[in-house]
Amino acid sequence: MDLIADRGRRVSIEELNTSRLLAHARKQAVQRKFDDMLIVDVDAHHYENEHMSEILPFMENDVWRQLAMSGREKGTRSGGALTVQGVGFQDMGGRVTRYPMRASEKTPDDKIRDVEIGHRWMDAMSVDYSCLFPTGMLSIGLHPQTEMEVELCRAYNRWLTEKVMPDSNGRFFSMLCLPFSDPDACLRAVEEFGHRKHVGGFMVTTVRNNLAVNDNRYIKVYRAIEERGLVLSFHSGPNWGEPIFRSCNRFLTAHALGFSWYNIVNLSNWVINGMGERFPKLPVVWIESGLAWVPFLMQKLDHEYMLRPSEAPLLKKMPSDYMRDMYYSSQPMEVQDMGALECTFRMINAETQLLYSSDYPHWDFDLPSTITDLPFVSEKAKHNILGGTAARLFKLPPRNEKQKENLIKFGNYTAAA
Amino acid sequence: MAEKFVAKTSEFKDGDRRIVFVGDHEIGVFRHEGQYYAYSNFCLHQGGPACEGLTIAAVEERLRPDQTSQGLYFSETEMHFVCPWHGMEYDMKTGECVSDRKKKLRSYKVLEKGDEVYVVA
Repeated sequence: MDLIADRGRRVSIEELNTSRLLAHARKQAVQRKFDDMLIVDVDAHHYENEHMSEILPFMENDVWRQLAMSGREKGTRSGGALTVQGVGFQDMGGRVTRYPMRASEKTPDDKIRDVEIGHRWMDAMSVDYSCLFPTGMLSIGLHPQTEMEVELCRAYNRWLTEKVMPDSNGRFFSMLCLPFSDPDACLRAVEEFGHRKHVGGFMVTTVRNNLAVNDNRYIKVYRAIEERGLVLSFHSGPNWGEPIFRSCNRFLTAHALGFSWYNIVNLSNWVINGMGERFPKLPVVWIESGLAWVPFLMQKLDHEYMLRPSEAPLLKKMPSDYMRDMYYSSQPMEVQDMGALECTFRMINAETQLLYSSDYPHWDFDLPSTITDLPFVSEKAKHNILGGTAARLFKLPPRNEKQKENLIKFGNYTAAA
Repeated sequence: MAEKFVAKTSEFKDGDRRIVFVGDHEIGVFRHEGQYYAYSNFCLHQGGPACEGLTIAAVEERLRPDQTSQGLYFSETEMHFVCPWHGMEYDMKTGECVSDRKKKLRSYKVLEKGDEVYVVA
């Protein structure tokens, strides 16, 4: 297959085979004996937007389903996009070759394509379990129609829980998309899907501009998730269309700031409004913003709270203490200043609060070796971060005896088994 | 040091690349503007197959004398090869990581013997 390089020059690249592309990841996994560690990836993706013809029939309302499906039949493309897709260059002009070559990857006809490809990257990295998130649906919060958001979230959640994850030999789980523009529909989603197999919790796509996370209308949703022993997560993303980012003339800038920004805003509202006091047993995970923003926000919120406690009367400890009660996914982990990263690990209590995530197949994915190769992290912390903590949170069992031994050794087995 | 056959010269055209294995070494050999360049195929970032991705000219931003930007251009002289995992770019002629030139891929000597190309590892 040819890719277009400079001045129209064509460069031949082999067709995509994920196992072959990740052969070096497999080599790392063997060298580091990753198969002996339980590895849980709390943020991996698939391209559900390439399977809309399978997802849309799950839409509940006849009118919205007809609206979504019409024009998507072969030969007619009058329907337009169903989700708001922002401008962006994730593939870096074809430099990250798995984007333009994705369609060239061959999978057996009798396997669900996303599961087959998922297992290829998981096996290469020695990942035992992946929390599967969508790609296009991460922008569902920008859809101008609340009803369509509700319908698409439900259809996606049904397709994922009924067709995709049951085919994954138990290796995929998910935190399902909440239609956050409609708190009542969020509650219905928790009630309908919360007990289903492979559901570890629920996820808010944070690229949106509607209600604040502390709005009273969401309280029943958080309570319902907490009562079920499930996890609430906030998955960030970029949005070049956000007015503040329109001054950014490079995707790099909009991407770097956007992922941090949405989690900073939502986490600040969560903490300052005392949600940690109101839902002390609800595990909350902040996903895909890396880690460098966390120490900044801890310092900032603590500084302001010291002087203005009257604006956060529910708090019984410092904002940073509530932040340390929550969980953070690791990717994209900023490693350029190892001293700063070490300080971050200390500030967030990484040994118990950090969860490894790859974000594969997106362009800035991290391998498990990004954790094991850190010079300042203890053996126990490495095991916890890579999978032990997630095994406890999502009740995931070991997949071999050596993993079981390690889970027992580091105190993560009882709850997981 | 072992010499490993890479390709027949006549079959190794400008813009081509080969990946060869010598013991534990995995080496990408490029032919660019009539010259051969050979580097370790392990990216300095996270170990990806650094030599197996796109080759593409460096992007330059040209400035006018008054320091205003004239825009982006592909370089006429500097070629890069790109690790396909994350897009890390390397200078074809030096193996330097272009975003931090203190970092450099291990390079290997390339020999032409008659109609054959060898890499020394």
